[in-house]
Amino acid sequence: MIVQAFAFYLFAGILTVSALMVITARNPVHSVLFLVLAFFNAAGLFVMLGAEFIALILVIVYVGAVAVLFLFVVMMLDINFSDMRKGAMQYVPIGMVIGAVLLTELVMLYGTWQFVPGREQNIADPVAAFAGQNNTEALGQLIYTNYIFAFQTAGLILFVAMIGAIVLTHRTRAGVRKQAVSDQQARNPADVLEIQKITPKTGV
Amino acid sequence: MIELWNTYGIWTAWTLLYIVLIVGGVMFSVAYLTYAERKVLGGMQRRQGPMTVGPFGLLQPIADGIKLFSKETIIPSQAHRVVFLLAPMMLFALSLVAWAVIPFDKGWVLANINVGILYLFAISSMGVYGIIMAGWASNSRYAFLGGLRSASQMVSYEVSMGLIIVCVLLCTGSLNMQEIVLAPRPIWMQVLLFPMFIVFLVSILAETNRTPFDLPEGESEITGGFMVEYSAMTYALFFLGEYANMILMSAMAVILFLGGWLPLPLLGFLTFVPGIVWFALKTAGVLFFFLWSRATLPRFRYDQLMRLGWKIFLPLTLAWVVIVSGTLLSLDALPGQKEKANLLAPVERSVESLIEGGEEILRAIESVGDEIVGDEAVDEE
Amino acid sequence: MASQDFLIAYLPILIFMAVASVISVAMIAGSLLAGPRKPDAEKLSAYECGFDAFSDARNKFDVRFYLVTLLFIIFDLEIAFLFPWAIALGDIGVFGFWSMMVFLAVLTVGFVYEWKKGGLEWE
Repeated sequence: MIVQAFAFYLFAGILTVSALMVITARNPVHSVLFLVLAFFNAAGLFVMLGAEFIALILVIVYVGAVAVLFLFVVMMLDINFSDMRKGAMQYVPIGMVIGAVLLTELVMLYGTWQFVPGREQNIADPVAAFAGQNNTEALGQLIYTNYIFAFQTAGLILFVAMIGAIVLTHRTRAGVRKQAVSDQQARNPADVLEIQKITPKTGV
Repeated sequence: MIELWNTYGIWTAWTLLYIVLIVGGVMFSVAYLTYAERKVLGGMQRRQGPMTVGPFGLLQPIADGIKLFSKETIIPSQAHRVVFLLAPMMLFALSLVAWAVIPFDKGWVLANINVGILYLFAISSMGVYGIIMAGWASNSRYAFLGGLRSASQMVSYEVSMGLIIVCVLLCTGSLNMQEIVLAPRPIWMQVLLFPMFIVFLVSILAETNRTPFDLPEGESEITGGFMVEYSAMTYALFFLGEYANMILMSAMAVILFLGGWLPLPLLGFLTFVPGIVWFALKTAGVLFFFLWSRATLPRFRYDQLMRLGWKIFLPLTLAWVVIVSGTLLSLDALPGQKEKANLLAPVERSVESLIEGGEEILRAIESVGDEIVGDEAVDEE
Repeated sequence: MASQDFLIAYLPILIFMAVASVISVAMIAGSLLAGPRKPDAEKLSAYECGFDAFSDARNKFDVRFYLVTLLFIIFDLEIAFLFPWAIALGDIGVFGFWSMMVFLAVLTVGFVYEWKKGGLEWE
């Protein structure tokens, strides 16, 4: 138990500190690296809760993919961040207003939230119905059947994201030469090659 | 105190010993993989390879190690010092940590977790960091380009690797590494998975930045890529990490497709040979493929590399997931599949939950309506 | 908190991570101490085939690299959904199978769009 408590405070401590560093670090690259550390420790906390699948998906998707994109963006974009900060103060009032709106919404939502009856028991033993199975299997049995609408919605969201990615970033450039493999393969020697027999000293 | 030692101490000591054994074993294998690489390349080019240091040049890797250790570490003045040093450390540490879930023999595994293959996939997806960090921190054009190329290359081939793993999981029904090895595999299943084995072999070449996919290094154009500014031990750690990753990926191929520590089929009478020997032999076989392709193949062009990853491997592996799952389902051969009569149960379950969900929505609408009307009596329900 | 047995399986990984970090730090630190240190300006400048570096190396690059990463995130999520499905397919049977096929079909439409638009082209 001591080890568990130690591990919990280790993960939670590093998570909090690195989350703080994400927003206070001056260099944006440091921010992203601390974000990665934060994700990693959050994954540790998930493991402590017994949610091993979620923990590893957090690492695979957020650390392995999302944070790589962030890192790409901040590392390679040649932005002078101190210049960007200069005008930042004028946005403070707007930011405050948006923050206030979000906060009120959250409070309103939480105030009227109705919890499922018997939630204490659910928290104490989240996979009671799936005793003897590990949580990947338990998830697999629920996502694709009981939660099929949420699942298909996730598919549609990913679809929209895919279209969005293309629309936002795809540029066709004129005058580039591409390798068209099928054209190369389809070329018939007879069309492009002419074999001539040349007798010496006559020329073509 | 003695009780405390008996409960925790022995376990900890044993774990540490096991870790030391893994690290030692991996380092030893890496050292002699570099030796084997030079010998194999030499042999394929009708040379002798290293012959001077020790008998048959067997002490060459050790000499190389000592040399690299005693060289001067150069940190370029324009570089970001912390990230510059952190990058090789991270790459190296990750290539070691991944070995925690590899079963070398039945029960010979450091952490027998339920989601072993996901852990490996996660660790290999983090391998990109060392490279991007190195490319950025060096603040050199070649390093930057190398890091950029490498990151998008590794990312592209990870997709097909993930889909191939899903194909295998369909046949094994478990994410645990030992259960993946032990899951029964009839011949037809092996045949079904064989194309994926080939694609996996090519993908791990790309994932570890090996020839013919070694564009991140690309000596002839970007002079070593993300490693260009590294020297001495910082360089050595990249090198060790890269080779440890090669061995790791080979071990992964062995576990997923070649039956791990089990003796090869038709050689079943050789069961007295310890499992770890089989495991090592199979891994060495896959590693030979790495070296062989380095000696044989020219480098890909970047557009060809991306085309292979996104336009050929991704559709192929995705289709294969559908084919494998459809075949297994129609043959009732899925692991953990119950009798056919049970197949409709999920339909019933989801219909039930649909009805329940609908009722809940109706109830919610009603209660909202009631609240608007201002009828407080509803709360008593 | 999850059960003791469950966490015990993960503890060696935590220990291994600590050990691996210590080893890699020790290797670099040892080499820094053991090796000579004679820096000079030429040695410390960025390598550029004999030139002095003109400018900062971190400049803008092709937007395609972002596109690749974005698409990777999407496909990675798709794979994340495939893992539990592959494990539980025996239990969820035909319904689960078609549920996933619809999901994959939607994403395949996206993939075809991307292909036809030329988002996968490199030149």
